[in-house]
Amino acid sequence: MRRRRKLLATGAAVAMATSVASCAGWGGGVGGGGGDTVNVLMVNNPQMIDLQKLAPQFTRETGIKVNFTVLPENDLRDKASQEFSSQAGQYDVATLSNFEIPIYAKSGWVAPMDDYIKADPEFDQADILKPMATALTAEGKVYGQPFYGESSFLMYRKDVLASKGITMPAKPTWKQVADIAAKVDGARPGMAGICLRGQPGWGQLFAPLTTVVNTYGGTWFDQDWTPKVDSPEFTQATQFYVDLVRKHGEKGAPQAGFTECLNNLTQGSVAMWYDATSAAGSLEMAGSPVKGKIGYAPAPVVKTKSAGWLYTWAWAIEKASSHQDNAWKFIAWASSKKYENLVGQRVGWSSVPAGKRASTYTNPQYLASAGPFAAQTKQAIESVNPNNPGLQPRPAPGIQFVDIPEFPDLGTQVSQEVSSAIAGKTTVRSALNLGQQLADDVATQYRKREGK
Amino acid sequence: MTTTLARPAATDLEIRHAKQPRSGVLLTGAAWIIAVLFVLPVLWMILTSFHTEQDAAANPPKLAAPLSLEGYRSFFDSGPWPPLANSLTASVVSTLLVLLLALPAAYALSIKPVKKWSDVMFFFLSTKFLPVVAGLLPVYLFAQKVNLLDNIWLLIILYTSMNLPIAVWMLRSFLSEVPTEMLEAAQVDGAGLVRTLREIVAPVVAPGIAAAALICFIFSWNELLFARVLTGTRAETAPVFLTGFVTSQGLFLAKVCAASLVVSLPVLAAGFAAQDKLVQGLSMGAVR
Repeated sequence: MRRRRKLLATGAAVAMATSVASCAGWGGGVGGGGGDTVNVLMVNNPQMIDLQKLAPQFTRETGIKVNFTVLPENDLRDKASQEFSSQAGQYDVATLSNFEIPIYAKSGWVAPMDDYIKADPEFDQADILKPMATALTAEGKVYGQPFYGESSFLMYRKDVLASKGITMPAKPTWKQVADIAAKVDGARPGMAGICLRGQPGWGQLFAPLTTVVNTYGGTWFDQDWTPKVDSPEFTQATQFYVDLVRKHGEKGAPQAGFTECLNNLTQGSVAMWYDATSAAGSLEMAGSPVKGKIGYAPAPVVKTKSAGWLYTWAWAIEKASSHQDNAWKFIAWASSKKYENLVGQRVGWSSVPAGKRASTYTNPQYLASAGPFAAQTKQAIESVNPNNPGLQPRPAPGIQFVDIPEFPDLGTQVSQEVSSAIAGKTTVRSALNLGQQLADDVATQYRKREGK
Repeated sequence: MTTTLARPAATDLEIRHAKQPRSGVLLTGAAWIIAVLFVLPVLWMILTSFHTEQDAAANPPKLAAPLSLEGYRSFFDSGPWPPLANSLTASVVSTLLVLLLALPAAYALSIKPVKKWSDVMFFFLSTKFLPVVAGLLPVYLFAQKVNLLDNIWLLIILYTSMNLPIAVWMLRSFLSEVPTEMLEAAQVDGAGLVRTLREIVAPVVAPGIAAAALICFIFSWNELLFARVLTGTRAETAPVFLTGFVTSQGLFLAKVCAASLVVSLPVLAAGFAAQDKLVQGLSMGAVR
């Protein structure tokens, strides 16, 4: 009798536990509950958070429910490579950058979008800025749609330059920029000439530095995978960058990245800054102390015609996804002109995910808020060529990076040495000699693979 | 959690050293210093969670900045209920399963020890030798093959098996505290196994069970590594959800502090609810 009661009690406990889990409905297999969902993996940048809040609008229009996983950038890269390499099929759509998409396309992890684009004239693929479309195309097929994009340009304090009687040339060279930096250094108490990233990381220091290397005529690798990190051009460019930031750069340069430089220019600690076009939105935001005081000039050049970089967070469809039609509907909504208007009306025009469509830059409402930098941003993005950014043909696409899976590791290791050179702990020569060895290790594998 | 653990320690020390005034004062002082060191970061987090993002990020810190609920608003606006429910399911169900399995095992290892019981204990311990991260990839691939990715039941199974050895070890040491004389006396008085368990063993080890259950609950509630890799949009747990607030663009400190505080509330509540039992449990058996 007693034993039976104990058994009953145990059984009841198990049943209760089971029902707690099952009635809430979090079980189930891979691929989402039913046909009318789409699972989205995305980075937690502010534009994506806005999208998450506006997603109910998409559900109202299409009846498709959107489930999000939102992660910080580094976690997202880990999760995406895990998910896509194993083709687990947990997600239908993910935000990937123009660094990942061509690599993933080659590995067959993402689905081509050409058929969807053809069948969806309302999406208007021709409106996507050319370099963006190129950067997300591999072997003739489109594998990603940009959500927002950026290039790089020079931002400077118009009032500070004017007080020194300097005018910024319409197309400045790095020599001119260095001269101006010397003149405006100390123009106000505690103000340095220019802010340039010195924080280690392939996406930090080496984003602006590689564009300088490109325009000096240098490259990481030439077309047959010979490493060129200790070449005279690469060395000259790096020496110039390190000297400039050491002489007229911001305080704490070896630790300064995008955020630090943004703070420096906002708070008046520097007179110029060479960085992402997307920074302009923050500088011109209501309440910013430098609103209206900033001038914008194209990325400084030396031997090339243009020198800006190209970066975008774009939507890609996982090959293993069983809801690819829904995935496209979601992408076509999120990257549409209509969505930009929706953000403009509901969130504010300064928050529009810009830098991907030509039509954005003819939208009077957007121009009213982004006027000071809109034209320069569009011009910067349109002037770059992601497949041929320098003076020589390259073995892999990419402007501020080399689009191979080994680059994050290689770039980050070399950037640590260059950052030490900025701190004065080592020389540019010895930093790049080490970089050459590391680059050679990578290049050897590619030469072998290509039978050269 | 720190508060619940630090406080019993202080009381315990005070009681034990009441008769030795000088060293007692020193030890009490030390206990207080340690307690304050542990509590300060938590207080700091609570204060920051009530500031605006701008004030939270200010350097030097603004202690007296005006209070704001902005952080909590953006936390609750971001849909925290499904992840919290997932965490609660995983923790409660796995803790129940652990107790269900660990209690008989611990009984068979202490009160009526099986042959070579010490080898069995060592076997249980040895399952914790492998670093968790080393098992991650096989578990991931297995889960993918059997279609259990992004399923809360996978986490329940994992948390149960991860916490089982700890619970067995803890419960065994609590059960072995039950004096054999008491069991023999019960037998002499004619009590059967079930009655002995219910009326003699249970009251003695109840604090131990509470302590073991709480530790299992805390471990599964806080687990991040497996949850991050094995869940997606549906089985996402609170710790994974929490990491989503850290961003490389824009300010997030107040939001993260508010979110962390809300996410640690269930554990704090469980700790306070079981406080009396815990003090007995922690000062009686395994962790003495």
